[in-house]
Amino acid sequence: MDALDGNALAGPLADHFGAEVTAAWGVCRFCNTPAQVAQLRVYVSGPGTIARCPSCASVVLALVQTRGAVQVHHGSFALTPDPPG
Amino acid sequence: MVGTALSGRLTWQLAKVVDVIDETPRCKSIAFEVPDWAGHRAGQHVDIRLTAEDGYVAQRSYSIASAPEDDRLVLTVERLDDGEVSPYLTEELREGDQIELRGPIGGYFVWDEPLGGPLALIAGGSGIVPLRAMVRHWAAGPRDASVSLLYSSRSLRDVIYSDELEQYDGDNIKVQFALTREWPSDWAGHRGRVDQGLLASAIPRPSERTLAYICGPTAFVEAVSQALVGIGHEPGRIKTERFGPSGS
Repeated sequence: MDALDGNALAGPLADHFGAEVTAAWGVCRFCNTPAQVAQLRVYVSGPGTIARCPSCASVVLALVQTRGAVQVHHGSFALTPDPPG
Repeated sequence: MVGTALSGRLTWQLAKVVDVIDETPRCKSIAFEVPDWAGHRAGQHVDIRLTAEDGYVAQRSYSIASAPEDDRLVLTVERLDDGEVSPYLTEELREGDQIELRGPIGGYFVWDEPLGGPLALIAGGSGIVPLRAMVRHWAAGPRDASVSLLYSSRSLRDVIYSDELEQYDGDNIKVQFALTREWPSDWAGHRGRVDQGLLASAIPRPSERTLAYICGPTAFVEAVSQALVGIGHEPGRIKTERFGPSGS
């Protein structure tokens, strides 16, 4: 399946965080490589959407649609306030 | 009206169709009147939501084709054969109809004049839409940044905004077209897929700190992105927006 990228999550994540986050940096908890949310590889499937680290492909973010609400699990992608380096 | 970056929650609102324009056999531009539109930045998109009688909801994102300076909000939609939303937007929607829309959305794949250049805008298929908004925004400003637009399409009939883009070619902006599947015998543009050789000649060198925006089908974006890195462009100055698999 062709992946989208984090740009496709801009709307749902803005709903969840109350702010625009696609340009935000985060660090993958599995491989420690930084990436911007927009660079995550996104796979949309029915009620669930996952985002993978562009470096190691581990699932770092998941959005689950449940009864009109969207749960966002981003525990494996640590958002950082500043760009790396 | 130039808007500010999105902050806070997005609200759905009813947008009214004020014009429908045929662009190519598969693409239509739709102009909307949106009552509480706060303006946008070139490159941003909107979400459109359709609710069927049985309550089924389909939602998709569409890049904004108009510049912040334009007097109407315009989307350009490509009809996907198996699409849930695009067939409705391109075949059913009429002037006066209303649909649910929210936006503007996005803060990464955006360009405004203060970000400067030199700019390399590289589009595959419908990926031209947000880049066209960037070119229109550039054209409405001082035109200080140099622009190189490279637009790849399957064939001549698939080229969106061809007249408009051709007339830009000139002062501080270079517009080049590539056709990948079929081309007229007298075609003077690039024939075949965009490759590293074409990119190296078409856009400013890495030493100029080129700011590149690549948009289109995922495979196109990834191939072009890798090629740019291969040429020596800074990964941090390459921005990408993947549209998924190519239509038809």
